[in-house]
Amino acid sequence: MGIVSPLGLGLEHNWSRLIAGESGIGRIASFDPSDLPAHVAGEVPAGPTEAGGLTLSDWVPVKDQKKMDRFIHLGLVAATEAVEDSGWKPESEEDRCRTGVMIGSGIGGLQTIYDASITVHEGRARRLSPFFIPSALINLVSGHVSIKYGFKGPNHSVVTACATGVHAIGDASRLIMLGDADVMVAGGAEAAVCPLGIAGFSSARALSTAFNDTPEKASRPWDRDRDGFVMGEGAGIVVLEEYEHAKARGAKIYGEIIGYGMSGDAYHITAPAEGHEGAYRAMQAAVRSAGISVSDIGYVNAHGTSTMADDLELQAVERLFGDAASQVAMSSTKSAIGHLLGAAGAVEAIFSILAIRDNVAPPTLNLDNPSTESVIDRVAHEAQRREIDIALSNSFGFGGTNASIIVRGV
Amino acid sequence: MSEIADKVKKIVVEHLGVEESKVTPEASFIDDLGADSLDTVELVMAFEEAFSVEIPEDAAEKIATVKDAIDYIEKQKAA
Repeated sequence: MGIVSPLGLGLEHNWSRLIAGESGIGRIASFDPSDLPAHVAGEVPAGPTEAGGLTLSDWVPVKDQKKMDRFIHLGLVAATEAVEDSGWKPESEEDRCRTGVMIGSGIGGLQTIYDASITVHEGRARRLSPFFIPSALINLVSGHVSIKYGFKGPNHSVVTACATGVHAIGDASRLIMLGDADVMVAGGAEAAVCPLGIAGFSSARALSTAFNDTPEKASRPWDRDRDGFVMGEGAGIVVLEEYEHAKARGAKIYGEIIGYGMSGDAYHITAPAEGHEGAYRAMQAAVRSAGISVSDIGYVNAHGTSTMADDLELQAVERLFGDAASQVAMSSTKSAIGHLLGAAGAVEAIFSILAIRDNVAPPTLNLDNPSTESVIDRVAHEAQRREIDIALSNSFGFGGTNASIIVRGV
Repeated sequence: MSEIADKVKKIVVEHLGVEESKVTPEASFIDDLGADSLDTVELVMAFEEAFSVEIPEDAAEKIATVKDAIDYIEKQKAA
């Protein structure tokens, strides 16, 4: 597994900072946000690799960097960590052909498209880089990962806004179940913290603007003072493998994907339906496919974006768990890293697996005054030790798309 | 070496990320310097920008080596 997020680079680095209750949110540093309503975001920190910072030349050769938008850079960093962590190095042509890639993005190369538009607008269309299109295309993370490692199996991608990461991992696991591949590198990457991205989500009234002077307080899922999500950037990548295949080679196995459920709201382009009934159906489908009872689930990593929709998701989770609701812990790790859009579901699925590994529920930061009371423990402020064997992770996207995934320790 | 040749060499080093010593006049962008077809398109654009010349597509296709580029630009500049 591999993560790059506003908390830095690396799986264990991210996890230890998350558990310690640290925040990766700050005032936007990559450009001056003064003209925009929202001034805060979660940006991947630059710095030496060994200190958990991003030094791009350690990962992508300088001459290739300009051929890719930042979301591809971040995807490649996380994919490199994940593939190396997995120890999977297919030597035979057959093994390479049985290894595929499915990495998505919610938005893709937004800054690249912006820059190219300016070039064309200025009448310099002939000066447009030949790398413009392959730099911006969403499936090019999958493409670059396959080229780097020689993975010749299914090469696919997912675009379902903020549900992308879960859909990528869920669909990739299904491809393995269907026999299309033995190994799939899957996840999401996003880098939309740019003027166009911030302006666009601001215009949709989706971003927090009330905490511009106290950025670390801006992402506050379920809190009564929340006023929108905080955009984050990064990537989360996992290596999925058919169980017997992984066992046979003595692979390090973090966990098992046991359930996956999807649904559509058929309601509104940005707002969830009443009671988040689409989310309820996605979770229900995941539980059904896992063949477990809801009381087996010890931890829920909520979509919990720090918007009005948080309480609707809470209602849906309460409805799903029924009498078991008082036993489960649910937190939103977006409180620490912001909303990574197309990468969110993948990073959060990884956090869910680590929650099982270490029997720790990561905290929901800034949950000072819940807007709605609930019997569900939302792990306010501090991580909690608890027995977690099975975890559920939710991601919902614009367009009314919902995805839930259930993982179990091995 | 001419000023044009120096500048061409510098652009090639920068764009293809190769050692300066490898950028000999005979070096082929694709065979010796690791460029692909998109790299060569970008290189030609960089030459156009740096020397304020127009390199039409049919001429660009014939620029395969460092020397080809230098010769073409010198001819344009002399004209």
